[in-house]
Amino acid sequence: MNILELSATEIASKIAARELSSREVTAFFLERIDTLDSKVVAFTSRNAQALQQADEVDRKIQAGELSGALAGVPLAIKDVLCTPEMPTTCGSQMLKNFTAPYTATAVQKILDAGMVVLGKTNMDEFAMGGSTETSVFGPTHNPWDLNRTAGGSSGGSAAALAAGMAPISIGSDTGGSVRQPAAFCGVCGLKPTYGRVSRFGLVAFASSLDQVGCFAHHSSDLAATLQVIAGFDNRDSTSVNAEVFDYSASLGDSLLPLKVGIIREHLENEALDPDVRAAVAKTQDCLRELGAEIIEVELPHTNYSVPAYYVVAPCEASGNLSRYDGVHYGFRQLGETEDQPLESMIAASRSEGFGAEVKRRIMLGTFALSEGYSDAYYKKALRVRRLIARDYQQAFEKVDVLLGPTTPTPPYELGEKVGDPVQMYLGDLFTVGANLAGLPGLSLPAGMTEAGLPLAVQLQGRSMGEAKLLQVAHQLQRAGLFVPQVACVA
Amino acid sequence: MSLSRDDVAGVAKLAKLQFSSEELDQFTDQLGRIVSFVDQLNQVDTEGVDTMAHPLDVESVVREDQLADSLDRTDALKNAPKQDGEFFLVPPVMAK
Repeated sequence: MNILELSATEIASKIAARELSSREVTAFFLERIDTLDSKVVAFTSRNAQALQQADEVDRKIQAGELSGALAGVPLAIKDVLCTPEMPTTCGSQMLKNFTAPYTATAVQKILDAGMVVLGKTNMDEFAMGGSTETSVFGPTHNPWDLNRTAGGSSGGSAAALAAGMAPISIGSDTGGSVRQPAAFCGVCGLKPTYGRVSRFGLVAFASSLDQVGCFAHHSSDLAATLQVIAGFDNRDSTSVNAEVFDYSASLGDSLLPLKVGIIREHLENEALDPDVRAAVAKTQDCLRELGAEIIEVELPHTNYSVPAYYVVAPCEASGNLSRYDGVHYGFRQLGETEDQPLESMIAASRSEGFGAEVKRRIMLGTFALSEGYSDAYYKKALRVRRLIARDYQQAFEKVDVLLGPTTPTPPYELGEKVGDPVQMYLGDLFTVGANLAGLPGLSLPAGMTEAGLPLAVQLQGRSMGEAKLLQVAHQLQRAGLFVPQVACVA
Repeated sequence: MSLSRDDVAGVAKLAKLQFSSEELDQFTDQLGRIVSFVDQLNQVDTEGVDTMAHPLDVESVVREDQLADSLDRTDALKNAPKQDGEFFLVPPVMAK
C-alpha cells in the first residue's frame, strides 16, 4: 500500500480498520522528512515524541476510546502556533529559544482528535512575507523546483505536503499566507472566515486579520481538518460563537443552483500571468459543465486592497510586536547606552532580534499611527477597508462564490523579489481582500505550466460560507480540475 | 508624502529600534517608497464612510470574575532571559 496515494481520511479509515497503524503512518512520514527536508527546509523542528504519541493513539483507537475522521493521522504545524513540547520560533531570532508554556486551542483540538504532530514548519519571520525567505532558518524551497519559492508566509506547511512529508498541515493567513503558498506548491489551502478558528495561542501579527487555516491534497481533507479546528473558544473573544457545520457531510450535495462570480478587475489586471489567466478560464469551463451559472462581477475598490492592507497590518503589527522587549521571554541583548540601561537593553534586543522585514513593518506601522499621521494613513485605510468589504457584500447579493486567481504568477525564483518590498507586497493583490473583509478563501490547484510549475485558482465565499467553498472545491476536484500530486524532489 | 532621514530616525525612537547610519539610509529609501505606494489611498473618496477596524461587529465581552488556575510561576518564568525564581530581572532603569 502506498501511503502517499491515500487521502488523510482514507488513512484514518485504514487505521480504524487496523489495516494500518498510526505508528506505521507516522514513521513513514518521519522517514520522508529525514530523507527530503535537507533539500526542502520545510521544518524548523521535529517532534521527538511523535512515535510514542502515535502508539498511545493506536492504543486508544483499539480500546474504542478514540474515533474520528482524522484519528491517527500525522500532520505538520506552522511554527506560529504554541506547542509546549517543541519550540515556537515564528522563524525569528527573537523567539529561537522560546518554548510556549501553554497549547494553542487549534493545536489542542488537533491532539484531542487523535492526530499526531510530526513537527513545526518554516515561515517568514512573524508571518511577514510572501516567500519564506525572511525566516532565520533560511528559505523553504519549492518541491516542484528547488530554486523557486514555496510561497509564504506558511511556505513550510505547503512545501511539506507537496514533498509528501505530511498528509495535512496547519498554517495561518493574515494576507494570503495559506492560500498563496498552497497555490505555489500545488496543494489545497483554506483560510476560514475571521473568527471561525480560535486565535488563542496563535502568535499575533495583525489581530483583526489573522486566521488559522489548513492545507491538504484533497478538498475533502480540508473539510475534515476544518471540522476539527473550528469553533468558539472562550479564550478568544473574537472567535465566532456559531455552530460548526458538518463540512464533510455536505461535500457531495448538489451544487445547483450555483452562481459563480468572475471578478472583472482581477482578470483585467495587467500583472496577471497568461498561464494563471488560462487556469481561471479552465476552472470556469469546468464549473459551467457542472451546471453553474457564471456571472461577471465588479469589486470596484479591489485595487486599493494592497495599499489598505499595508497600512492596517503594519499598524496592528507595531502594537502586537511591542511585547518583545527582552524582559519576559525572547532574545535579550544588553545595550551600550550607560545612562539608560533598561531602555538601551530593550532597543538593542529588538534591533538584533528582529529581521529587516519585521523592522520595516514595525516602522511603517509606528509611522502610520504617529501623531499627525494617523488620520491620513490609519483611519484612511480603515475607511477604504469598509468600502472593500461593501464591494464583497454587494457581489454576494448576486452570486454564491467568487472565482479568480490566487496569485498573479506561478512561483518565482528565490531571491527575485526579496530586495524590493513593494514588488513583494503586490504578490498579495488577490488575497488580502478576503482578510480585510474577514471572508473565507480557498486556493485549489488547477494544472501546471509547461515548465511543470503549479497553477491555482481562488474561491472566495460569504462570511461563514466554508461549507459552500469546500463543496465547490470537492466537486471541481472530482470533475478532474486537478489530481493531487506529490513532487519528486531531486 | 516623502520621508526624511530625520523622520525615520524619529519613528525608530518611538518603535524602540536602533539603526546604523547605513541602515537608516536604507530604511529612509524603502519606507519612502512604501509610503508613496500607500499614498494612492488618497485617490479614494471616503467622505462619510465609517472606519472599519474589525471584520466583526465586536462587542465587549464580559464575564464573572472567577477564581481559576493560571500559569504557575516556574512556567511563567522559564523563558525569561534573566530571572531569580521569583522575579524577572532587568537592567537598572537609570544609571547609578
